[in-house]
Amino acid sequence: MSFQPVKFYQTGTYTVGNRLLTPEEHSVQSGQSRNNSINSGHRACQGCGEALGARYAIDAAMAESHGQLIAANATGCLEVFSTPYPESSWQVPWIHSLFGNAPAVATGIAAAMKVKGKHDVRVVAQGGDGGTTDIGFGCLSGMFERNDDVLYICYDNQAYMNTGVQRSSATPPAARTATTMPVGAEPGNAFGQGKNLPEIAMAHGIPYVATATVADLRDLEYKVRKAMNIRGARYIHLFVPCPLGWGTASHDTIRMARYAKESGLFPVFEAEHGEVTGVLKIRHKISVEEYMQPQKRFAHLFGKHAHPETVARIQAIADRNIRKYGLLDQEEVA
Amino acid sequence: MQSKPFAITLKPGTSLANLTGTWRTERPVYLDRLPPCNHACPAGENIQGWLFHAESGDYEQAWRSLVENNPLPAVMGRVCYHPCEGACNRGQLDESVGINSVERFLGDEAIKRNWQFDAPAAATGKRVLVVGAGPSGLSAAYHLARLGHQVEIQEAGPLAGGMMRFGIPKYRLPREVLDAEVQRILNLGVKLTLNAKVDNIEDSMQQGNFDAAFLAVGAHIAKRTYIPSGDAAHIVDAVSVLRSMEGEDKPMLGRRVVVYGGGNTAIDVARTAKRLGATEAIIVYRRTREKMPAHDFEVEEALQEGVMIKWLSTIKQADEGSLTVEKMVLDDKGVPQPTGEFETMEADSLVLALGQDVDLSLLEGVSGLEINNGTVQVASNMMTGHAGIFAGGDMVPSERTVTVAVGHGKKAARHIDAWLNGTTYQPAPKHELADFGKLNPWYYSDADKTVRPMLDIIRRQTSFDEVQGGLNETNALFEARRCLSCGNCFECDNCYGVCPDNAVIKLGAGKGFQFNYDYCKGCGLCVAECPCGAIKMVAEET
Repeated sequence: MSFQPVKFYQTGTYTVGNRLLTPEEHSVQSGQSRNNSINSGHRACQGCGEALGARYAIDAAMAESHGQLIAANATGCLEVFSTPYPESSWQVPWIHSLFGNAPAVATGIAAAMKVKGKHDVRVVAQGGDGGTTDIGFGCLSGMFERNDDVLYICYDNQAYMNTGVQRSSATPPAARTATTMPVGAEPGNAFGQGKNLPEIAMAHGIPYVATATVADLRDLEYKVRKAMNIRGARYIHLFVPCPLGWGTASHDTIRMARYAKESGLFPVFEAEHGEVTGVLKIRHKISVEEYMQPQKRFAHLFGKHAHPETVARIQAIADRNIRKYGLLDQEEVA
Repeated sequence: MQSKPFAITLKPGTSLANLTGTWRTERPVYLDRLPPCNHACPAGENIQGWLFHAESGDYEQAWRSLVENNPLPAVMGRVCYHPCEGACNRGQLDESVGINSVERFLGDEAIKRNWQFDAPAAATGKRVLVVGAGPSGLSAAYHLARLGHQVEIQEAGPLAGGMMRFGIPKYRLPREVLDAEVQRILNLGVKLTLNAKVDNIEDSMQQGNFDAAFLAVGAHIAKRTYIPSGDAAHIVDAVSVLRSMEGEDKPMLGRRVVVYGGGNTAIDVARTAKRLGATEAIIVYRRTREKMPAHDFEVEEALQEGVMIKWLSTIKQADEGSLTVEKMVLDDKGVPQPTGEFETMEADSLVLALGQDVDLSLLEGVSGLEINNGTVQVASNMMTGHAGIFAGGDMVPSERTVTVAVGHGKKAARHIDAWLNGTTYQPAPKHELADFGKLNPWYYSDADKTVRPMLDIIRRQTSFDEVQGGLNETNALFEARRCLSCGNCFECDNCYGVCPDNAVIKLGAGKGFQFNYDYCKGCGLCVAECPCGAIKMVAEET
């Protein structure tokens, strides 16, 4: 059973808060006493989806663990912008070691807590898509395979952003990055490469895998809280648009995340022990074009030298996701 | 800078030393925009404001907020043509909010629970004469009384209400509803003198020692047109038909009734004739349905009840038991032109519903007045050319509806108050309009409009029971919660949530939010994701 939105209360649970809901129905983020795990003064770009996603996710984990949380962090934007020496934005016990070893560090912390008998202390590991799908992949797979008691959160902004927007194995086809320039017959990133990490995580048969976006806070909080109530290896893949790397306006970050989900390009679902158990349905379906056109990384597909056949191939990916995950509900198609 | 060895523990939250607000080139600011419903309301109601309270189920507060501008919500919830709903932004999403039905629910709830108005302000010692106890006069009296003035209404008729009683049929406005709302106004200390026709306004003001007067005598003299007719032809006017419905002797119209005219009064009288037992009630109108001034839903309801309408026709001759009618065609400009084709229709009576004129006799000899097209000219402050005499409602040039009249009464009361204090009333500047483009409609739940129950057709044709039913508490709450709160914060916490820099401070329930410009980088996410358009970006001064 996936997150069930509350309807008929003006904005229901679509907004962060709602004065018409009962206190039990309130989100963590709407609370005045939320932890603000990553506090003001960090140096993320204007409108950073990752900074927002990290606060959403870690605040929810802090609330669920009653403040008994330790976070390990891979190298990446999140680590760089949150801890420029000698400052730190974090308001949780937080450790950074190397780019590729965050899952292993978290495994070690979990083992240490077990030895010390501190069963109430929970561990999260987090990293960007580079640190997760490329550089930390071996450690992560091992952590899954051993079913270590760690929640791993991947903040997916689809490229290596802080080093200058280089392609990662999470970069979508046709996207322009510094290393996949829009030149040649098939400009931008190649089709048919890259990794679908949520499905790889599911293939490990771990207790819980979920995807989420920063556009659906209530769904994200539900998934983090659910994950925190499970022991063993858990994986949440959080879609976080990047104004810098995607070439979008800083105020469009959430709209882009919403469009990724509404087009079907980023399926939002959850899975237990390798089996999909719930999906967040598309509410108002849009074409992939509506999602891609505002992004400069796809600019070469539109305009004077347009590549409609490439857009059609991407639409086919979205359509396949919609079929595969059952993202459209006849009643919900309005 | 703290002095720390490299690669060692950093203190939590120390990034607060880094004031990222300096990056900003634009800053978000909270603002209130004018909701389209409020903008469209002739009575100047703060609709979004009272719906806000209704949304949380606080109906009494909603009602109190509503009556700050309009003392007749139960009447309004029945007879208003709700231009607010026509302007409602939700109409572009699914269907407009049923503002009128929620208003009626609140009005009925107030009657049921016997809610009374807040006590008036301290007495000013000023005396104001209101002439006419119709919607405009009652509204002015109410507002003046709340401002602390001593008010007397002098009404020529035997009962208060004006056209609400003697024009609008019972099946649209039950009289006990009207009586309850009038009585509540009188409970504020307003004195009502009935059967007191004012013959000369200056004499009446002098006799009663009044400091100012508000004239709202309405327009109740039926317009006539010349129709050649035999001696035995039965021709009456719509105003007297509707007025006599309130007396002991119901009008005798016969079995075949023809109504001449195309306004709401024509519809009212045809529907009334049907209820009085006419087998045929036929409206004769010289243009087409699209051109008809009557409101479409009223035309529709009349047709449902079996009223027939003969389009593109004028009446040329009336004789005993029959009429001669000429067919018309619309020319290029939409003006009806005669065709020379005639036909005869049977009719026991002909009711003329061709509009009404104002009885201006009470103004004879008053200096400074300007009368134009049979209406009294007033300045923007509702004052006539004679100092201290104000006028409103149907007797001044404007659209003639109950809602407009109520709006006149309020506006006049504010200016009379200022005039009595030797000042001028300056209305607060209007906020910019919250049009649909200012909203982020993604966030609103999908919810269709609640349809009000209608009386079954047989009872509509045979009785004067109210046609349209009301909402109950459950669906009134549902309907109120369909409001988008255009342009006004309703504390959804979106700005507080979506800020990646944690630069929005939540002040607590009812207190709203505030930006922390020390850290706000000016990304604009809060503006883009505000559902109701209550934040905007402004350039930083350089």
